[in-house]
Amino acid sequence: MILDLPRFVEAERPHWTALEKTLTWLEMNPGGRLTLEEAARFQALYERAGDGLTRVASFAAEGELQRYLAWLVSRAYAEIHETRHHIPFRPWRWLSVELPNTFRRHIRAFQLAMLLTLLGVALGGFAIRYDPDAKSVLMPFDNLRVTPAERVAMERAQQGQQLTGRKATFSAQLMTHNTQVSLTALAFGMSFGLGTVILLFYNGLLLGAVAVDYIAGGQTIFLLGWLLPHGVIEIPAILIGGQAGLVIAHALIGWGDRSSRAERLRHISRDVVTLAGGVAIMLVWAGLVEAFVSQYHEPVLPYGSKIAFGLIEALLLTTYLARSGLSREASVAR
Amino acid sequence: MRAETVLIRTPEGIEFDLPLAGPISRMLAFAVDFAAIAATGAAIAQLVAPLQLFSEDAARSAMTVLYFAISLLYGILTEWFWRGQTLGKRLLGLRVVEASGLRLRPSQIIVRNLLRFADLLPGLYLVGGVCCVLSSRRQRLGDIAAGTIVIRTLQLKEPDVDQVLGRKFNSLAESRHLAARLRQKVHVKVAHLALEAILRRDEIQPAARLVLFREFAGYFRDLVPYPAEIVEQLTDEQYVRNTVDVLFLGNSSASGAKKLLPLRSS
Repeated sequence: MILDLPRFVEAERPHWTALEKTLTWLEMNPGGRLTLEEAARFQALYERAGDGLTRVASFAAEGELQRYLAWLVSRAYAEIHETRHHIPFRPWRWLSVELPNTFRRHIRAFQLAMLLTLLGVALGGFAIRYDPDAKSVLMPFDNLRVTPAERVAMERAQQGQQLTGRKATFSAQLMTHNTQVSLTALAFGMSFGLGTVILLFYNGLLLGAVAVDYIAGGQTIFLLGWLLPHGVIEIPAILIGGQAGLVIAHALIGWGDRSSRAERLRHISRDVVTLAGGVAIMLVWAGLVEAFVSQYHEPVLPYGSKIAFGLIEALLLTTYLARSGLSREASVAR
Repeated sequence: MRAETVLIRTPEGIEFDLPLAGPISRMLAFAVDFAAIAATGAAIAQLVAPLQLFSEDAARSAMTVLYFAISLLYGILTEWFWRGQTLGKRLLGLRVVEASGLRLRPSQIIVRNLLRFADLLPGLYLVGGVCCVLSSRRQRLGDIAAGTIVIRTLQLKEPDVDQVLGRKFNSLAESRHLAARLRQKVHVKVAHLALEAILRRDEIQPAARLVLFREFAGYFRDLVPYPAEIVEQLTDEQYVRNTVDVLFLGNSSASGAKKLLPLRSS
């Protein structure tokens, strides 16, 4: 086909300009909507530019014109064909329905995350019980290397005084650090889950080593009083981070799913975001509790009350994750 | 083999290419973003400073949380409000789009930014960089998980051929069917090389210039042979000038042709 290019450009230029103006307006106003008439005109301009692109494509020397039209058409295509249903974000609905439902939908991933952590706990506990020298390797923190009895005496003497004037900072550091760990467990899902598995197992290893060390040292009550208030939220949060990582890994591997990898990943992306949001909220709470509750011991704060506080938190969290939004889920299923 | 572009086919049967951004330009964009986050952090430190009068602890804690939030949310918010662009991507002319060419969804923006935790490891964006280099669509892990690609936004410039060619009679353009065939057959890269050669003729040594234009003219003559009576008086350089005139202006200057490409993208 031989095209009279100058005449063609001259005739089409006003339409391209009009299309570009509409596109710029749409891009500058993400919430903006076209009227029915404007939308019909926009569609016509898009099709016209697409037709122009097809015609110009045969002219090798018109590379720039071709690229310009391709850019125009690609922008219009993105606007016109983006018809996927957008679910508006409603914070209360998200918290009461979407987060717990998402958690339950991927419960197997959570169970696997918990199993991996428990395996780590078992190995860490076993190592400390039968090879106390392993303590220096398993617990790379100075305050954990002293004997449990020494640590308890120290903590009871200090009563959180070591944090005087820096409790809020300590709390903020805990929040950010734990969020980083959890989101890393999530992101490691892209290593086909290998990184997530290692991270969860290592966390369990550390936890098991500390727990058995304190239990063997006769400090079980102190351990529970120290760990439960923040741990019952912090540990599940890291497990949920791992759960999200395993969900990503499952989508990457695609066992028993014949859809493409891109489709599988697209399918779970909203769930991953939801789980990550839940993790962030839980870790903010855990950080506050660890800085302002966990660091106080008897006689300032009785162990019984700290343990009871932790158990109540655990009960509420379990109820929330197990029951919240169930009726909405059932009505959607019907 | 890694592609330079991604081909999109629309339901209407239109095909177009999206040019993929390379690892270097993405790295530079990230450096700009890193600087922007640091600058925002410094600005927040100044804003939070008066809090120290009441409580140093509260000020430090606010700073820690805010800086973390900014580094986590910077990419998410800018890519959401600027449709796939951060400050660095804007400056470098890059944009994140869905791999199918459609607009980004909020969950895609969040996932690709959360996955940065893995891409940044073990430091200096090594995992992300290696993935980007090895991936057929130049995707880092975050892009693969979110189903996104980073493309170059075009800055089209009109070739400034008027001042080079002048407005003289062009015998090649007179034979309209041959001129049309020339425009059809000459590869776009060769056309731009020839234009470049004309624009920079004064920078080239005279002997090298003769060889260069002889080769260009020989190539164009072989590609679309013109009748001898039309081209016999033309030197090699004039032949190339006239050819470029046909390719970029598409018509004889004598017939008062307008520029073909008043084209600049936003």
